[in-house]
Formats: sequence, C-alpha cells, structure tokens
Amino acid sequence: MRVELRVEAWRAWLDERLGTDAVREFLRRKAVPIHRHTIWYYFGGMTLFLFVVQVVTGALLLLYYRPSAEAAFESVQFIMTEVEFGWLVRSIHSWSANLMIATLFIHMFSAYFMKAYRPPRELTWVSGTFLLLLALAFGFSGYLLPWNKLAFFATKVGTDIAGDVPLVGRFLLRFLRGGEEVTGATLTRFFGFHVAILPGMTTIVLALHLILVQKHGMSVPPSLEGKSLRKMPFFPNFLLRDLIGWVLAIGALAALAALFPWGLGEKADPFAPAPAGIKPEWYFLFMFQTLRLLPARVGIVEGEVLGVTIFLLGGIFWMLVPFLDKPASGRRSRFFTGVGVFFVLYLVIMTIWGYLV
Amino acid sequence: MACKWGMRQWAVLTLLLTTFGGSGANVARAQKKDSCVECHAALEGPLAAPVEAMNEDVHRARGFSCADCHGGDPSRDDPLESMDPRKGFLARPSPRAIPALCGRCHSDAEFMKRYNPALRVDQEREYFTSVHGKRLRAGDARVATCTSCHGAHGIRPAQHPLSPVYPLHVAETCARCHADAAYMKEYRIPSDQYDRYKRSVHARALYERQDLSAPTCNDCHGNHGAVPPGVASVAHVCGQCHVRQSTLFQASPHKAAFDAMQLAECVYCHGNHEVLPPTDEMIGTGEKSVCVSCHPPGDAGYQAAERMRALLDDLSRHLERTLAILDRAERAGMEVSRAKFELNEARDALTHARVLIHAFSVKELENVIRPGLEIARRGYQAGERALAELNYRRKGLAVSLLFILFLAFLLYLKVREIEGAS
Repeated sequence: MRVELRVEAWRAWLDERLGTDAVREFLRRKAVPIHRHTIWYYFGGMTLFLFVVQVVTGALLLLYYRPSAEAAFESVQFIMTEVEFGWLVRSIHSWSANLMIATLFIHMFSAYFMKAYRPPRELTWVSGTFLLLLALAFGFSGYLLPWNKLAFFATKVGTDIAGDVPLVGRFLLRFLRGGEEVTGATLTRFFGFHVAILPGMTTIVLALHLILVQKHGMSVPPSLEGKSLRKMPFFPNFLLRDLIGWVLAIGALAALAALFPWGLGEKADPFAPAPAGIKPEWYFLFMFQTLRLLPARVGIVEGEVLGVTIFLLGGIFWMLVPFLDKPASGRRSRFFTGVGVFFVLYLVIMTIWGYLV
Repeated sequence: MACKWGMRQWAVLTLLLTTFGGSGANVARAQKKDSCVECHAALEGPLAAPVEAMNEDVHRARGFSCADCHGGDPSRDDPLESMDPRKGFLARPSPRAIPALCGRCHSDAEFMKRYNPALRVDQEREYFTSVHGKRLRAGDARVATCTSCHGAHGIRPAQHPLSPVYPLHVAETCARCHADAAYMKEYRIPSDQYDRYKRSVHARALYERQDLSAPTCNDCHGNHGAVPPGVASVAHVCGQCHVRQSTLFQASPHKAAFDAMQLAECVYCHGNHEVLPPTDEMIGTGEKSVCVSCHPPGDAGYQAAERMRALLDDLSRHLERTLAILDRAERAGMEVSRAKFELNEARDALTHARVLIHAFSVKELENVIRPGLEIARRGYQAGERALAELNYRRKGLAVSLLFILFLAFLLYLKVREIEGAS
C-alpha cells in the first residue's frame, strides 16, 4: 500500500511538470487495426529498433575509432582484435546497418502498396523518403570509415558518380571529397557527416515522422477502409509483439556477427591500382549496374550524366507520389501500383544482375 | 704504330677540313644548301634510305649533316665536286675506319661537352680492348664495330626505347651475329647464348616485368669493351648486382677451393646465360643438389649441406603451416592481419638465410633461421588463438541464442495471456 502511494506521488509529480498523463492517455487509447496486412506494420518499428542499435553500437565504436588516414584502419583493427567484444560491436554495427536498410525498403514499399501516403499522410511519406536518403547517406559515409582498399575505391567510384549530377556535380564531388581526390580529407569529412551531421538531421526528420505517425494513426489499405476492423491496443499488445521481433533481431544480429564477422580487408593505398570487380554496397548496386549498362554517350548527353539525372528525377517523382496519385480514381491509382511493381522488379533484377556480373 | 700515326694524321686532317670547310654543329645549322640530301632524296632504294633514316637521327637533331661524317662539299650541285675525294669525301667507310670515324667526335672530350657533357668519351679506346676491337685491328672486318650495334643512319640515343642498344633490345642486337651459327662457325664459339638467356631469370625480369635494371648481355660482358668474363673475373661481374652473395662467397671456405680447382665461382653452380631461379633443392644432398658434384657422402661439406638444407626446409615448413592456419582463421572471418604482417619478418629471415647460404656456414645460418622459426611459431599460436576464439564465439552464440529465444518465448506467452484475457 505504501509502495502504491509512493508511485502515485511520483506520477503526480511528473505529470505536473511534464504532462505525462496526456501521454499515458494517448498510449492507452492508441490502437492498431487488425487485418491480413497487419504484418507490414511491424517493419517500421523494426527499422527504428535497428536504428537504435546503430546509435548504441556506433557510440561504442567511437570510443576507439580514430578518423584519420594514418590511424583509421589500425584503430578498427584494434577494435576487432584487442578490444573486449569489439569484434561483436563492430560486426553488429555493420550487419545492423544492412538489415536496417533492408527493413526500411520493406517498410517503404509496404506503405506504398497499401497507399499509406493517402491524405492526410502525405508529409509522413515525404519525411519517410528523406529518412531513406539519410539512411543511404549513412551507409555511404560509414562504408569509407575503416579506410580499407575496397571502401576507398568504392568511394572513389561513388563520388565520381556524384560528380555527374547536372549543374552541381563538380561542386558536389569536391565537397564530398574535400578536394579533387579521395584522401584523408575525405575520410575526416565522411566521419563528420556520419557521426554529427547525419545523426542531427535524422533526429529531426525521424521525430517529425514519428509525431506524424502518432498524429494520424495507422493507415489501413483502401480496400479495407470503411470496414469495421478489429483493433488491438498499441500498449502493451502491439508493443509486446514488436518486442518479440526486436529480441529475435538481436539473436539474428548476434548469430551473423559470430558466424560471419564483418571483414576488414587490406588497408587503403591511394597509389595502388584499383582492385578488379569493385562493387558498391548492395543497396547502391541497382544504380551502379544501370550506369554500367548505359553507353558512354546517349545522343548529345554523356551516359552517366543521363543515368544520374534519371535517378534524380525518379527520386523526386517517388517523393511526390502522394500529391500525384488520387486513390479515389481507380485507373490512376492502378497506374501508381504498376509503377511501384516496376520499381520493385527493377530494383531486384538490377541488384541481382549487378551482383552476378 | 704506323696505323696509329695514320689515324692521328687523318684526324688532324679532318679537323682542318671541318674547320676550313665550315663543319661543326653551329656551322652545319647555318648551312642552307645540302646537295647530298637533295640528290639522295630524289634517288630510289638503298641510296635514298639514309636520307629518310637520318630524320630520326640524334646527330641530325643536333645539326650535323651527311658531310660531317662522309666529307665532301654539300654546297656544290655537281656530283664530281660535291663528292670530290680531295674535299675529304668518303663514300662508304670501311668497317676498319668506323671506330676512328665515330671517335673523331666521340673521343674528343672538349667537343662532346658542347652536346652532352655527361657522355663518356672513352668508347673508342675501350672498343679496342674488346674481342671485337682486337680482331678488327688484326684485320677481321666481320666483327662488330660501332655501326653494327648503333646503326649507321638513324642513330638514336641509347636511352631511346627504339634504339637497338636500349636494354630491351640489346640481347636481340647481339644475337644478330652471335645467334647466327653459320656466322659464328669461323670463331668456334657457341651460338645458343641468346636462346639460353631468354630462359633465364634475368630475361624474365627484363622482358616480363620490364625491369630495365635486369642484366642483359652488356651488363656482364661490357658493351664497347665486350669480352667473355674469365674464371677470375666472373664473380666480380655477378657481384656488381649480387653484392651480398659475392661478399659472403669471397669470405667463405669455398673461395680458396674454387680458386685451387680453377672453377668459375658463381657460374659453376648457377650457370651463365641460362641462370635459372635458384631453389632450395640446389643445396643439400638431393638429386638436384649442386653440392654433391664435389662433396662425396660422408665428408664434412656433405654433412654441412645436408644440415643447411634441413634448416631451410624447417623454416619453409613452419612458414607454410603458419600461413595455412592464419588463412583458415581469416576465411572464417577472424581478424589476423597483424599476425600475417608479422609473419613477413619470418619470410625475410628465409630470404636472408637463402642468401646466407653463400657463406656455407651452418652456424651463421642457424643464427638467422632460429629467430625466423620463433616468429613463425608465434604466428601459428596467433592462428590457434584465433580459431579458439572462433570456437568460443560460437559457443557463446549458442548460449545467448538460448536465452534470446527463451525471452522471445516468454514474451509470446505474455502476449497470449493478455490477448486471451481481453
């Protein structure tokens, strides 16, 4: 009885200062619709969980990582061999990054096909696409940080591609590299992007995304809209289910880290010839393969410039889908579903193709 | 002696001619009319070839013209006047005249300084110390002279990749005569040197790796003063590059023995033109060993050879074993790059030991092999530790997964309990 009284006193104290009762009330009322597509709701939470894993493991890596061309490789080597459980932290960081991108793609396409971007959730979608861009930027900048041979040349190729962006390409290339070539200056600024600028931007966009999700609640597919659906309370039912997924994700990450530790490779040598078969991370492979297939010149335009322009326009189109699609109009809506199917197939085929050649 | 006087007189005469005839680079550059080029360019076949070839010539680029070597008066159109022997015209210099003709400028230090202060001026003198030069002086006009190797018209600097004396082309240039069995028959020397050289480790370095510092004919035989190195000098020749091996050999007990038996030091074990990459099998008492050709079973040298081979084999084996375990650990995803890097020291020890063989001292070899073995052993232990760590991680994973799955199961039960109640 005394304990209950004390808890109640604390609650009142906190509520008076933070307004926690409103949050409690919100959580009590928050519900998740139950239907045959409910499974897709879990991928947003899973992506968020893997992001938290990234933040925690990233912070631990920061204790030992040294961002310079002279020391970066050796410091990661030290983490992998000398630091207690350093191998585990680094491998989990790398695996979790990849799994996060994968769940992010699943989350994005499930939201797309369930047309979760319908009014009033347009900005939720837009903020989500920004989060995708930020996640890709995290991947690109983090890949260079161990300063190994593959990362060095992949960054060289990647920044070369950035140099093909119309109008601002040249500036972008120099901005990313910190000069004309990939050097220690590139590593230092990629480190800055990876641990300061991108996390700061992600915190803001992620907060906006989560607030919008809370504000508008879970979207149901148009086919089920208006039907009376069963609901489960978010707290604790849905959260506990989420938790099962997260616990299993920890198991999967531990297994991947122990059975397939993330390799370190050879230290980057700017004067060495580029190794054969340089490929970017799998989530950039579809773009890389497309650029590789394009001829050197298409009419008066350089092939790579054309490719990069198409991807830019494709990205802008993808971001603006909520404003272009009118789910009320069946035909137009089916067109957008077709576009989504095309994008998925394109992504899958090009990634596999890029991987095989 | 008479011949020498003749040459000097000739040189003085030429100098006078060139002085009064307005020769020399600066004057040549100033010359406007060159009837040699005008007429020969209009001719056909071999008579026109020199004009075309001279376009690539280093002398032409410095302003020299036909008359600077062939004499005559290029300012005259009439062939009888322009090619008048009284004006120093030489139609086609005989092989015997060529060294002196080239030496007119190339042996003149003052003159050469104006064009290339770094160029040697003793080629002519050195040439007459060569077998070629000596035979030429003795009246043999078939031997190589300056133009045989450098060409007559279209001479390029030796550093020019298209020059016949550029390192990549030297062997081919020498082989033009020396690989011609019919041409060499008279001299009673073999003509298979080029073929054998092409199989050598030196030729592989030169042609496959394009390593221009790798030796070709002139690096061992000399170029202008080309002679076959004798028994006494061959070690010095090889020692120019293989300094350490040569120094060790000179201080070894083998030196006196080889001298007494009049054996060509390096060549006796390694061969000459066809120097193959050395292997550990050359040492010891096996089939391919070179030691057993002098050391019969039971003698001290035989036993030392056996022991030295055993030491080399021991380190090689340890290195291989260590590399294998580190590779295994690496393939399993373990980070062993530092151990691999440290293994380089053991590799260096093996390389050092292979060179040290030339001291033929078991004790000295042991002093190098032992630290190498120690490093290889440490590397092996690092490999074992990595594999043990891998095993530990797998066991740790199994235990963690049990806990994780159990926790997930408990959560599942909780969900069921809550949802069952509601």
